[in-house]
Amino acid sequence: MLLIHCPYCEMERPEVEFRYAGEAHRKRPEPNAASDAEWTDYLYFRTNAKGAHAERWRHAAGCGRFFNCLRDTASDRILAAYKAGEPRPAAE
Amino acid sequence: MRYSIASLVRQAVGGHQGWPEQWRSPAPKPAYAAVIVGGGGHGLATAYYLAKEHGVRDVAVVEKGWLGGGNTGRNTTIVRSNYLWEASEKIYGHAHKMWPTLAAELNYNVMFSPRGVMMLAHNRHEEADYKRHIHANRLAGIANEWLTPAQAKQICPVLNISPDARYPVLGAAWQRSGGTARHDAVAWAFARAASALGVDIIENCEVVAIRRAPSGAVSGLETTRGTIATNKIGVAVAGNTSAVMAMADLRLPLESFPLQAFVSEPLKPVVPCVVLSNAVHAYISQSDKGELVIGAGTDAYVSYSQRGGIQVPSATLEAILELFPFASRLRMMRNWGGIVDTTPDRSPILGATPVEGLYVNCGWGTGGFKATPGSGHLFAHHIAVGAPHPVAAPFALDRFRTGALINEATAAAVAH
Repeated sequence: MLLIHCPYCEMERPEVEFRYAGEAHRKRPEPNAASDAEWTDYLYFRTNAKGAHAERWRHAAGCGRFFNCLRDTASDRILAAYKAGEPRPAAE
Repeated sequence: MRYSIASLVRQAVGGHQGWPEQWRSPAPKPAYAAVIVGGGGHGLATAYYLAKEHGVRDVAVVEKGWLGGGNTGRNTTIVRSNYLWEASEKIYGHAHKMWPTLAAELNYNVMFSPRGVMMLAHNRHEEADYKRHIHANRLAGIANEWLTPAQAKQICPVLNISPDARYPVLGAAWQRSGGTARHDAVAWAFARAASALGVDIIENCEVVAIRRAPSGAVSGLETTRGTIATNKIGVAVAGNTSAVMAMADLRLPLESFPLQAFVSEPLKPVVPCVVLSNAVHAYISQSDKGELVIGAGTDAYVSYSQRGGIQVPSATLEAILELFPFASRLRMMRNWGGIVDTTPDRSPILGATPVEGLYVNCGWGTGGFKATPGSGHLFAHHIAVGAPHPVAAPFALDRFRTGALINEATAAAVAH
């Protein structure tokens, strides 16, 4: 089970307190301006990175807020946890 | 060597010292007509059907580890075809029809055991949904029937159908022709048969780059065992598909999740069929060795670690004990994870990619094992002929752009 640091509660808590919410930093294109390819990519395609992966988590059983984690998907090690809206940190 | 009672007797007399290796282990040649990446069931089956049905024998299968060491050796070996939509009924039905004769075809005992697959309904919604599946399947010529709780218990006497259960059994969909097969044997059988037809099976050979011609078409592979030139690459690497396709700068509608399974200590025969439950989130069968083989749902997050969290199997065991109270004192012997590549509509992707000469067979998610022979057969057709087999055509990558999705979230039988 992952131990996840919530950047709002400033506490390390077990994974069962959190809900995973998919890849982070995805930008919704303007539907009327986006091409089919852009819209398809936004709706269905994912980076699915093997290595550093930026992802959203929600502290469902705690503060209830969404935040982002940078996690190495090959080792499951969490590299960074940061507040929503902050830029993705560089992976070491 | 052809396996038969006569060869068994001959080898027994010789103290079993004369059995030849089942497949050749050659060094990679500098070039092949086609290279299959991934030595699991799907990749090996693809190579076999390329050689057998299409006469393409100048083929290599490159595998980064050992044969069948990925999801082929990690799944819960269930075979069934009770999916909802016509396209799915055809593609899974195509594979299901091949299972009963696969052992004879490959001269290898794949231990296909059509012992029946029972999918339990625990609420009105599931009951209505499974009945819809049954009607759809019967219209498509796929046997599937409804069982009352008492009928389900008659087939599987250890099932708890008490109305006081937290998730009472309201009935079940029953596919008699479904069952299990021996997963390792399937990989080994295809490897042996493909090798005999001239396919080179190259283990411990990891792809590190895909080479491209100036036109953009593929021209070869860089591997840990050297460069291999080829104009046709078929990728069948399940959970690692996104990582391999990134070498050709391709993104796919995939997410890779850990899927965990475990086995108990061996018991005398007690669970006579496969039992699946979507609502309590577990599936179970008994191997021929006597172990209860139990599968969980996927972990929530993208991962390639082949592990997953302990809370997932723990919740699955709670569900199993609800259905099978007799199992409360059983010890679990082994627990492992495989990495499953899931698509947004829970249906596979099979066929060409925007890169010329690069073909992909992925997205089978939590249920690829059952499709192994059919998947290889259809994928080989596309690689050899250059156009999809009619059964595989709806599963093109392009469906995510056109919107012609094939939603099998229910029939996939584990919540994702």
